[in-house]
Amino acid sequence: MHKVVIPIGPQHPALKEPESFSVTLSGERIMKFSARLGYNHRGIEKACEERTYIQDVYLTERICGICSHSHSTCFVQAVEEIAGAPIPKRALYIRTLVGELERIHSHLLWLGVAGHEVGFDTLLMYTWRDREVVMDILAMLTGNRVNYGINTIGGVRRNVTAEQAKEILKAMDTLEERTKYYIQIATKETTLIQRLSGVGVLSNKDAVKLGAVGPTARASGVDRDVRRDDPYAAYADVKFKVVTDNHNDVYGRTLVRAGELLESYSIVRQIIKNMPEGPIVVKVPRKIPAGEAVSRYEAPRGEDMHYVKSDGTEKPERVKVRAPTLANIQTVARMLEDRQLADLPIVIAAIDPCFSCTDRLTGVRRAGKRKKDVLKWEELHSYSIQYYREHGIDFTDLNKKMMKALK
Amino acid sequence: MTKEESIQSELIKKFGFLEGRTRIQRPRRIFAEVPLDSFKDIFEYAVQKLGFVILSTITGLDEGAALGFIYHVGREDGIMLNIKVKADRVNPVIKTITGYFPAADIYERELMDLLGAKVQGLPEGKRYPLSDDWPPGEYPLRKDWKKEPEKDEVKTNA
Repeated sequence: MHKVVIPIGPQHPALKEPESFSVTLSGERIMKFSARLGYNHRGIEKACEERTYIQDVYLTERICGICSHSHSTCFVQAVEEIAGAPIPKRALYIRTLVGELERIHSHLLWLGVAGHEVGFDTLLMYTWRDREVVMDILAMLTGNRVNYGINTIGGVRRNVTAEQAKEILKAMDTLEERTKYYIQIATKETTLIQRLSGVGVLSNKDAVKLGAVGPTARASGVDRDVRRDDPYAAYADVKFKVVTDNHNDVYGRTLVRAGELLESYSIVRQIIKNMPEGPIVVKVPRKIPAGEAVSRYEAPRGEDMHYVKSDGTEKPERVKVRAPTLANIQTVARMLEDRQLADLPIVIAAIDPCFSCTDRLTGVRRAGKRKKDVLKWEELHSYSIQYYREHGIDFTDLNKKMMKALK
Repeated sequence: MTKEESIQSELIKKFGFLEGRTRIQRPRRIFAEVPLDSFKDIFEYAVQKLGFVILSTITGLDEGAALGFIYHVGREDGIMLNIKVKADRVNPVIKTITGYFPAADIYERELMDLLGAKVQGLPEGKRYPLSDDWPPGEYPLRKDWKKEPEKDEVKTNA
């Protein structure tokens, strides 16, 4: 059978950074998958060197649209370590609180995207409706739905009132009930189990070897979580379980994220219950003494790492960022090797849930033919759903059933 | 003796010349300044004997006369060892670590693009992260590199 090479990207909706993939097919089987990254390189590390520490808090917050708090926390932790600033406990608790709320909104968003990619759109509608509950809480606490601006060097910028705490606990009860319902669906509905099982397989050995992080690694049985292994903020004071799974596929990644949602609700409750009184910020001089520090943070997608080097001025000498997606993108090639083209959307979406609304095209060049056929992302999406419908996996009934059950 | 101190003393026991070149900055953070020609032995020892099996990333630095590289490796118990080497600025040759960590490929390509490192043993591959038409010899993370002022005009093919 002749081979067909499909370029996907650089504009691609399942990725927060534009990337260019080249997929070599034999029939419908993926023979080879390679990636060219860097299309969204904005020079943020260089830009950090030209700005003051306080400006860099806001700049690092904008590295990612979803893990915004992850990056700003990771950055301020490094700067505070160099400055030797004693951060008030209450500030650390508030950072942890916002961090877990961010994880909840990110994981709920991912569940919806995953549902959409396989044609289970009712799940998308419900999880995104539920996500609004946590978005409202974040807006109430920080004044914004994303890019919260809660961190500053030396602590946090806003306090949590008793009324707000009550609202948060109420929201956690609602979300816990909803999440339990989704877990019930994920573990009982055969359509979903069949569609996600054995798709995007990453063995434990490969996950370790390729340096996978976060839920992608944990769904392959890699028991690593920076929150437990290298505790920061208030994580040493809270009890939680690191959720792992041995399915090694997209189904496992779904179970891990759903399980992590339940753990996050529990962490939020503990934080609210045990939050100490006291100041929320200490004054840190604008000039940071010469030094260096490495800071790690468990972002919703995995380990985020910042390295900061200072030279005694008010601007850093060097800021280095390693975001989790860079570690995970390298596992996608392994996940797709010798798999169906129809699994590509969900496998890519399974490591990274960011979705852009821009129109996107997939060019298809048949071997030996000059002319390029153009396949829109929507067409690839419906092809993937149609393919599985023909192979007996159809979400139409489940969509209807769920609609009815929740009226 | 804490775990960090025992790692530090094991490093010094095996590589005597590291005496006075390692420091424990805080719990779970060890820094070691390592001569370039013995980097590979020390790195291998850390990965294979001391349990540093997680590669977080490689940081590249412009330190004036030399380029600095920091290999951030971690253990399952959260201890992170930061191995620092210095390479000549004019001919900054470092050895690839993709033999230990295949995922280091992308981090090493980043060092090549942004700092002009020459990575020995890294197979040919797609560059990262700069664009294909980026001018050769321009390394934006070097301190003497300045961004060209933006032109008002938009180039067109016409």
